[in-house]
Amino acid sequence: MHAADMLKESDRLMTVCNSCRYCEGLCAVFPAMEMRRAFTAGDLNYLANLCHGCGACYVDCQFAPPHEFSVNVPKTLAKLRAGSWERYAWPGALSGLFRRNGLAIALIAAASVAIFLFSFMRAPAFSNPATAPGGFYAIMPHNAIALLFGGVFVYAIAALGLSLRRFWTDIGEPAATLAASKPLWQAIRDAGSLRYLDGGGVGCYNAGEKPDDVRRFYHHLTFYGFVLCFAATSVATLYHYLLGREAPYAPWDLPVVLGTLGGLGLVIGPIGLARAKRTRDAAMVDETRFGMDAAFIVMLLLTALTGLALLALRATPAMNALLAVHMGVVFALFLTLPYSRFVHGLYRFAALVRYARERADEKRAKPGEE
Amino acid sequence: MNAASVPTFPPVDVLVIGGGNAGLCAAISARRAGASVLVVEAAPKFYRGGNTRHTRNMRCAHDAATESLSGPYTEDEFFDDLLRVTQGNTNEDLARMMIAESKEMLDWIVQQGVRWQPSLGGTLSLGRTNSFFLGGGRSMLNALYLTADKLGVDVRYDAEVLDLEIDGGRCRAATIKHPEGLRRIEAKSFVAAAGGFEANIEWLKEAWGPAAENFLIRGTPYNRGALLRLLIDKGVEQVGDPTQCHAVAIDARAPKFDGGIITRLDCVVFGIVVNNRAERFYDEGEDIWPKRYAIWGRLVAQQPDQIAYIVFDASSLELFMPSLYRPIAAASIGELAGKLGLPPEKLEETVATFNRAVQPGTFDDKVLDDCRTEGLTPPKTHWARRIERGPFYAYPVRPGITFTYLGVRVDARARMHMADGSLSDNMFAAGEIMAGNVLGRGYAAGIGMTIGAVFGRIAGREAAAHACR
Ligand SMILES: Cc1cc2nc3c(=O)[nH]c(=O)nc-3n(C[C@H](O)[C@H](O)[C@H](O)COP(=O)(O)OP(=O)(O)OC[C@H]3O[C@@H](n4cnc5c(N)ncnc54)[C@H](O)[C@@H]3O)c2cc1C
Ligand code: SF4
Ligand code: SF4
Repeated sequence: MHAADMLKESDRLMTVCNSCRYCEGLCAVFPAMEMRRAFTAGDLNYLANLCHGCGACYVDCQFAPPHEFSVNVPKTLAKLRAGSWERYAWPGALSGLFRRNGLAIALIAAASVAIFLFSFMRAPAFSNPATAPGGFYAIMPHNAIALLFGGVFVYAIAALGLSLRRFWTDIGEPAATLAASKPLWQAIRDAGSLRYLDGGGVGCYNAGEKPDDVRRFYHHLTFYGFVLCFAATSVATLYHYLLGREAPYAPWDLPVVLGTLGGLGLVIGPIGLARAKRTRDAAMVDETRFGMDAAFIVMLLLTALTGLALLALRATPAMNALLAVHMGVVFALFLTLPYSRFVHGLYRFAALVRYARERADEKRAKPGEE
Repeated sequence: MNAASVPTFPPVDVLVIGGGNAGLCAAISARRAGASVLVVEAAPKFYRGGNTRHTRNMRCAHDAATESLSGPYTEDEFFDDLLRVTQGNTNEDLARMMIAESKEMLDWIVQQGVRWQPSLGGTLSLGRTNSFFLGGGRSMLNALYLTADKLGVDVRYDAEVLDLEIDGGRCRAATIKHPEGLRRIEAKSFVAAAGGFEANIEWLKEAWGPAAENFLIRGTPYNRGALLRLLIDKGVEQVGDPTQCHAVAIDARAPKFDGGIITRLDCVVFGIVVNNRAERFYDEGEDIWPKRYAIWGRLVAQQPDQIAYIVFDASSLELFMPSLYRPIAAASIGELAGKLGLPPEKLEETVATFNRAVQPGTFDDKVLDDCRTEGLTPPKTHWARRIERGPFYAYPVRPGITFTYLGVRVDARARMHMADGSLSDNMFAAGEIMAGNVLGRGYAAGIGMTIGAVFGRIAGREAAAHACR
């Protein structure tokens, strides 16, 4: 479907839903919709990114297909959402990466791993076991690592930030909202608990008719696993530069503990999510984006697996190769972050901030009504 | 039909006919009482639960506010409301019993897996009296079906009851049309919960004449009243009047069946309503909308060709809930008439006459304000404002039938009365199919579900008790 068609279909559905409103207690999308009578493209993109895809409104809809009104909010918003990420992507020239995303990311990852492996092999320390003095950094100087990864990290942040700005302008939200602490804090709580992935309280609809909390559970493992891994790296960097303590660290040291816990979450979480994805009722999902979802899941999984393997085998001759592979994967992960499924979290969070702001204003306008 | 030659389904204790709110409450309560239960539902799975699928809330008495109800609603107040809307056309004993039982329903229905929506305020005006299903009627139904399934209730879809073997107040077996052919099933007790006959245009025509051809049916096409007719033909006493039903004016562009809630229009009070001769025919501002919306179906049904047009101007466009179709718009009244196929001069004249009769006042759509007409027949007694600011808008409307009231007579244990004055031995009824017992006419929002849930629960319990004695 073209962007214009997706907007048209979303507009049609939101008009149906706004005349119905039966789902208003299920999530944030419907109350946000009710604040409007007509929907601009920006409004629709906002609603699409606010939707967590729990599926409740599809299972609960009296007008779902085969009804002639053919209302399928989760699928329609999923399509619009993925399409919007393409349009917001910075630089625009790379937005094409979202299409055939699985292939694109696989190629970039493979290339990145190959380059790391190749350059490592040329390092004189490569053939030495890791026990050689200098450990990790005999193979690649820490400053080079920091520069390379700092660089790709800064790029990812910049690209994501500029994409986010396009989203924010598109939905017509003033920059000031991002500076207000209340909506931000509300959104942190809503996103952190995946409040709206609960189908209004029972869980989300995965396989069959019985809602469950499977996806939310594995998403928490994934997300918090990612956060812990990121924290591990950050602590290690601080150790290195502030305390002058160099890797490898002892098993009970903070970076290793955080990394191990995070790594475990980042293994179990994505596997659970991938399984949930496979069994999910196809009627509710945007099957054309399957590659993108799978690519991101696989990248996270590879990051965690190679990281954990590195930890386990760091005292063996396999260490050098593993380090190269791990770095290759992480490098590719960050490089492709702005063009991967990762962005869903960014836009969703931003949409939640806006929603929190709108709700607060609404309450202020109608005191006493809650 | 020779019953003996039809293949059979295994016999059950309780056969529930119809899988809506009433049927599922009956099935769950019968199963919880220990009976084996089969629900036969005429519709395919998606369309299960007929009109229940389209509902939103239920009216239950309660003595104190709860998380989902903004204040108390006593039994007496509920009864007074019922008396008022039915103009006394109710069986007081049954009604009082139902209202008393409705109190427990608030918890019972939650125990069956249904969730109430915390009171949100905003667009809904029934927050004190009515409890809203989180996710709406289909969500509610899904929960009931999941619970029934967990308890071991069997359900068959695409299974329409075509015949009942009734002999002197006792039913022996039912014949079911099933994708594999006809099937006969014996049961010890029967619960009729197959809704009204609103989707049966031929039957509506018997009561309303050819006008019924132009009615739109807001809910399921499967409530064709086959079971009701069978019961009445086979000696069960009927209650109510076939012309009594819940009918509202809905967008004329709605589909013939199953358009549901989204084609309703809440803008009558903001404009004028004319028929296809461009003449007004009723006071659009008689009372606040929630108290008047249910008379407009009937009013439009009495107009030529059963069509009418709500006409208003730009100042009212955003004062009411949006609905599915956009209003028809034009820069002038004459142009609007052209688009509607109405005589332009006549519509201009009707609007001009109306505008001249409007008295100065302070418009407030939340109360019975003082904006009214003077010297106009029929008058518009509230919210009368001149229709003068273009663009001008119109919605074409037709009668939309929600549900019918003609039904079978039951007692306080939901047991059917036979026309000869005896009580049926093993036939029970719940829901729309017996709504006429308490709802002889009129309507109070949310009472359809109360009738179904309360009598369904009782019918299931009693049917199980009869089967397992
Ligand atoms: C748009 C709309 C909105 C409504 N909103 C509300 C509301 O908010 N609150 C409220 O209280 N009421 C509401 N109502 C009224 C409410 O829907 C009914 O009062 C209620 O659904 C009746 O429940 P029931 O179980 O008796 O019938 P239904 O829910 O209609 O179920 C009857 C079932 O029987 C099946 N059936 C029919 N014939 C046969 C047969 N011969 N054999 C086997 N199965 C058969 C049908 O397929 C259907 O599934 C609304 C109605 C409509 C149309
Ligand atoms: S998804 Fe269906 S039931 Fe929910 S608000 Fe929209 S139209 Fe109504
Ligand atoms: S899928 Fe879930 S989150 Fe998305 S609109 Fe529907 S109920 Fe809301």
